[in-house]
Amino acid sequence: MKSTLLIGLANLLRGIGRRMIERIWRLGAGARLFFLTIIYSGESFRRFHLTLREIYFTGVMSLLIIIVSAFFVGMVLGLQGYNTLQKYGSSEAIGVLVALSLVRELGPVVTALLFAGRAGTAITAEIGLMKTTEQLSAMEMMAVNPIARVVAPRFWAGVISMPILAALFSMVGVLGGYLVAVPLIGVDHGAFWSQMQASVDVREDIINGVIKSVVFGVACTMIALFEGFDAPPTAEGVSHATTRTVVISSLTVLALDFVLTSFMITV
Amino acid sequence: MDRTTIDLWVGVFVALGVAALLGLAMKVGNLTSNKLGDTYSVSAAFENIGGLKPNAPVKSAGVVVGRVTDINFDSKSYEAVVTIKIDKRFEFPKDTFANIYTAGLLGEQYLGLEAGGEDDVLKNGDKITQTQDAVVLEKMISQFLYSKASETDPKTDAPASEKDSGDAKSTELGDAPF
Repeated sequence: MKSTLLIGLANLLRGIGRRMIERIWRLGAGARLFFLTIIYSGESFRRFHLTLREIYFTGVMSLLIIIVSAFFVGMVLGLQGYNTLQKYGSSEAIGVLVALSLVRELGPVVTALLFAGRAGTAITAEIGLMKTTEQLSAMEMMAVNPIARVVAPRFWAGVISMPILAALFSMVGVLGGYLVAVPLIGVDHGAFWSQMQASVDVREDIINGVIKSVVFGVACTMIALFEGFDAPPTAEGVSHATTRTVVISSLTVLALDFVLTSFMITV
Repeated sequence: MDRTTIDLWVGVFVALGVAALLGLAMKVGNLTSNKLGDTYSVSAAFENIGGLKPNAPVKSAGVVVGRVTDINFDSKSYEAVVTIKIDKRFEFPKDTFANIYTAGLLGEQYLGLEAGGEDDVLKNGDKITQTQDAVVLEKMISQFLYSKASETDPKTDAPASEKDSGDAKSTELGDAPF
């Protein structure tokens, strides 16, 4: 009786340890892939049409979902903000609320979450399937480095697309907030923009938002690439890898957001 | 898909991104309204600056004429030394009065300049000698309550003094502020 309990406990500990080691191994392998991508990324700039093609798939194809969701997020912010602010008699500050929350937080974070769902999964599935169908091995056989040919262009495409998408998200969101606040509710047009311009700082708010989106772009794309590259070459393996991309990307983005914000906000 | 079509779409995408960033900087941010031409620096010492912060506006007659560049603590006189930069287009007399005001009841604090009557004007590195501190809300409330308490004291004291005055006074003081 006592021995079975001990064995169960030992198995539990062993399981925790194995999971920990596997997580750390994956972290190390991911970091190695990241450095290899940086080293071999010369190809993706010399043959820039490879990168342009990937920008088309990750960036241009994500435009619709980004713009539509930004519009709705902005309108919801306008409605919710007005509802609370008018209790304190300062409904003109709605422009400030909408702009600051979009530029500082919602723009980069929601874009990164949507990007992980829209582009990250596509990258993981594509590379996972390439591995399953042995396209990557075939490239190696032909002395083509798959990291330089497949991974690096996708990486740079993600890093370039993310800040552009986040800036678009913020701008369209502000326009959505404007649409609800000014024509619909009747907040003063001049007060909306002038209060916003008075309290949004270009360096502290807008540039910091862009820095955040670049970091999220690196994280999301790298996670998607690694999961695809690391996926077991089976249908089930690719499907698991795709799921993991979304879960890990989302958690990483939210955690990184906290870290970056705590660096940026100096009390 | 054709390579030129892809190039075109990526071009449109990048142009949209640049336009959005420019729009954010111009329309949402303060890139356009933050312009000060050539400036000169002036300092002023305050006993209490309240919540004044660097980059707060300096206004005269409600118009922004400069910005607060630096706030330091002088450990000899125990005063706050506020350095401001004022646009060269605007000249102020030497005996200009510097106040710290609050925009609205709970708004941001800013520095207000009221021009004096002297002929000499402030130059780079000069010091404004006439200053008025920020109004601290807690101080004002406690002053108000104090004066209120001393106002009500004699009235309530009069009937109470007929009986044992010491006991009644302590309860009155305890009740007075709230």
